Amino acid sequence: MSLCSAFSGRLAAILAVAASLLAGPAQAAGEPLVVYTARKYQLVDELFQEYSRERGIEVKSVTDDGAPLIQRLTAEGANSPADLFITVDAGDLWRATQAGLLQPVKSEMLEAAIPAHLRDPQGHWFGLAVRARTIAYSTARVKPSDLSTYAALGDPRWKGKLCLRTGKAVYNQSLVAMFINDMGEEATERMVRAWIGNLAAEPFSNDTLMLKAIAAGQCDVGITNSYYLGRLQNEQKDFPVQIFWADQAGKGTHVNISGGGVTKHARNRAEAIRFLEWLASPAIQQRFAAVNFEFPANAGVDPLPEVKAWGPFKPNTVNVGFIGKTQPAAVMLIDRAGWH
Amino acid sequence: MTALSSRRGHAIAAILVALPMAAVLAAIAQGATGADPALWAHLREHVLAGVTVNTAVLVLGVVALALALGTSLAWLTAACDFPGRGFFAWALYLPMAMPAYVLAFVAVATLDYAGLVPTALRSWFGAGFPVPPIRSTGGVIVVLGLASYPYVYLMARGAFMTHGARVLEAAQSVGYGPWAGLLRVAVPLARPWLAGGAALVAMETLADFGAVSVFNYDTYTTSIYKAWYGLFSVETALALALLLLVFVALVLAAEQLARGRRRHTAADLGARAPVRLALTGLRGAFAFAFAGTIFAIGFVLPGIALLRWALEVAPFDLDARYVTYILRTLGLAGMAALTCLGLAVTLGYANRLSPGFVPRAASHVATLGYAVPGAVLAVGVVTALGSVDDAFRTLAGGEGLWLQGTVLALLLGYIARFLAVAYGPVQGGFARIRPALEEAARSLGLAPREILARLHLPLLGAGAGTALLLVFVDVMKEMPITLMTRPFGWDTLAVRVFEMTAEGEWERAALPALAIVVAGLLPVALLTWRMERAARAA
Repeated sequence: MSLCSAFSGRLAAILAVAASLLAGPAQAAGEPLVVYTARKYQLVDELFQEYSRERGIEVKSVTDDGAPLIQRLTAEGANSPADLFITVDAGDLWRATQAGLLQPVKSEMLEAAIPAHLRDPQGHWFGLAVRARTIAYSTARVKPSDLSTYAALGDPRWKGKLCLRTGKAVYNQSLVAMFINDMGEEATERMVRAWIGNLAAEPFSNDTLMLKAIAAGQCDVGITNSYYLGRLQNEQKDFPVQIFWADQAGKGTHVNISGGGVTKHARNRAEAIRFLEWLASPAIQQRFAAVNFEFPANAGVDPLPEVKAWGPFKPNTVNVGFIGKTQPAAVMLIDRAGWH
Repeated sequence: MTALSSRRGHAIAAILVALPMAAVLAAIAQGATGADPALWAHLREHVLAGVTVNTAVLVLGVVALALALGTSLAWLTAACDFPGRGFFAWALYLPMAMPAYVLAFVAVATLDYAGLVPTALRSWFGAGFPVPPIRSTGGVIVVLGLASYPYVYLMARGAFMTHGARVLEAAQSVGYGPWAGLLRVAVPLARPWLAGGAALVAMETLADFGAVSVFNYDTYTTSIYKAWYGLFSVETALALALLLLVFVALVLAAEQLARGRRRHTAADLGARAPVRLALTGLRGAFAFAFAGTIFAIGFVLPGIALLRWALEVAPFDLDARYVTYILRTLGLAGMAALTCLGLAVTLGYANRLSPGFVPRAASHVATLGYAVPGAVLAVGVVTALGSVDDAFRTLAGGEGLWLQGTVLALLLGYIARFLAVAYGPVQGGFARIRPALEEAARSLGLAPREILARLHLPLLGAGAGTALLLVFVDVMKEMPITLMTRPFGWDTLAVRVFEMTAEGEWERAALPALAIVVAGLLPVALLTWRMERAARAA
């Protein structure tokens, strides 16, 4: 289809919606389901709409970062309209639980579908998609056999060849938190300092930029969430960067989750649980993860073929809730080590 | 009305205008009391010294660059004549529609090592070709300077258009050329307006999070976010913000003292056709090249980059929702601009007619919000409104939310944040009205209200236009307050930009970003065109 006809089709749709705007929104039957979500619009809206149609209820949502949404929930207190809180990081779910903003949910379906390390033991929250944070390397300059562990990226051989995203990024904080849990603060700080000593460039503001820097030859290796590479490989089939699963001989690759929990004061509690179960169901799990090249949290569900092509890996199975608990310590360690 | 009761009325009006920001401040201060001493100690030891130096360097650099660009360009287009002057006079406002965070991501995506330009240079001249790193202190200063010089340009141009011809004549009569005339005569005369513009730029830079994050340049504001997002302590973040507020308030008070009671008023508003110094030959070409370069790198080139990305994603991203986003964005910006203008005029008027401690203190409190990161103000807004809602529920019974999650919450946030932007030009406008005119009006027996309606408001024209424009454009670009306080469905273009950039998808963010620029161009073009015409007519 030519760009031109695509546009004219869109123009007609735009005019139609402009007309319907004036006419006012259609009324849906039943109590609306209200979602506060840090998983952004472009990754969730289609599924929200689909659930809305399937159930004949309205799904209302607002997006923001996790921390502001927690603050909004706090300020609204018992009168909050929110039923469900969705984040892109286990730390925020842990934090919301600590702040008393989520309620425990008992669901055999969810407990069966979601592995134990990806959900709160008390049922305050459940992982819905898994993001692995691991090593990315230049296929032009690095052989997979050169790689082994995260810590080895601090070896002298990578001097001036390592790229990292900023230490202010929550995914790096959760990675460091995992290491604090696994090997203590001292060893972790030594590792982080060694990384910083190997940097080829100032830390990047996001993983996409860092991966492009590896591709362009500014550096050879880095640490990334796998889905960022998935997106780039999807845009450019021969993108010269590949995934290496780190720490396979040790405790496994670091994973974080995008997940959700039912709010303490949910008005539509039953619907919120039903929605979580729907999101955790195999057919929806596949799509929930696929739209962002993530791994489904439901262990019985396959990821996208492109994602599967990276091969199987052993994840670190420490409960992701530990990430939140240790995150402040991780941030302080990152500051001490000078990881900007 | 007796003099005393009108004085009291003015003081009360000023206090009412300052009330929203005062409520937000109180909420921030109350939250700050819960700051965690252990985290505080950590920040003091490992973070604050570094970010304080970074922030000082950034603010000084950006203000210097914005002053240099804004003043020289305003002088060139107001007092000189060169090829393309008429076009540039107007076009140099346009970068105002380009959000700083957008300029930042365009700059980094195209000029960083892996970006289009260095990649091309390496392929032409070899891998060793040196390209200065854009992600550097210099890079972030240039980007923020380009994004914020229009504030200075706008204020300086207003002053030069009023003084220009006479200044030029005076400067020429003592044998000064155009640059000497600018530096020795025009700038000293325009100082209050330049200072106003510089203050806006400094506060905007202090509060910026979006642009500095793209550069990963650590500032005081990024450390506020670190305390909140990373260390999970919103209380410590609020305490950091409060410290920033106290610092800004002290600086503003010091500036007030230094300026003393000197009053700047226009020498004369007599109608005289502007006489411009014609820059011909090499000088004309230089002026053209200078204006053209700033316009190109501040607007045209980033615009082209955005357009290129936007066209790539438009076939699958551009949907009917964009109509709603644009209408919501324009509607909110318009509402906020009018509200802020009304409040700013009230505040300026109270200060003008009943100068004294209370109205002055009220104006300082009311305009502090511009120096605070929007996200911090948003926390203050939701917390303050939470208390108000509690009170409503206690008084009226029932449950649910009264103000939280309504458009009023959004407006409150915008007022707290952007009243300073409206107040600066309005105050400048009042300053340009000679007291003699008021005295004359008063001696004719006009009541204060009539003086406002028949004397002040008409003469405030240009200042009011500037105020409207600045608030409008700032609200269009605003992210954190909109995100945190918006009602369901009130997604704006900036919200979409946030959602894409938060996922590192800058190319996809180009579409809503371009829409912000395009939707912002219309009011910028309209208002600046009217202001230019009014200035020409004066």
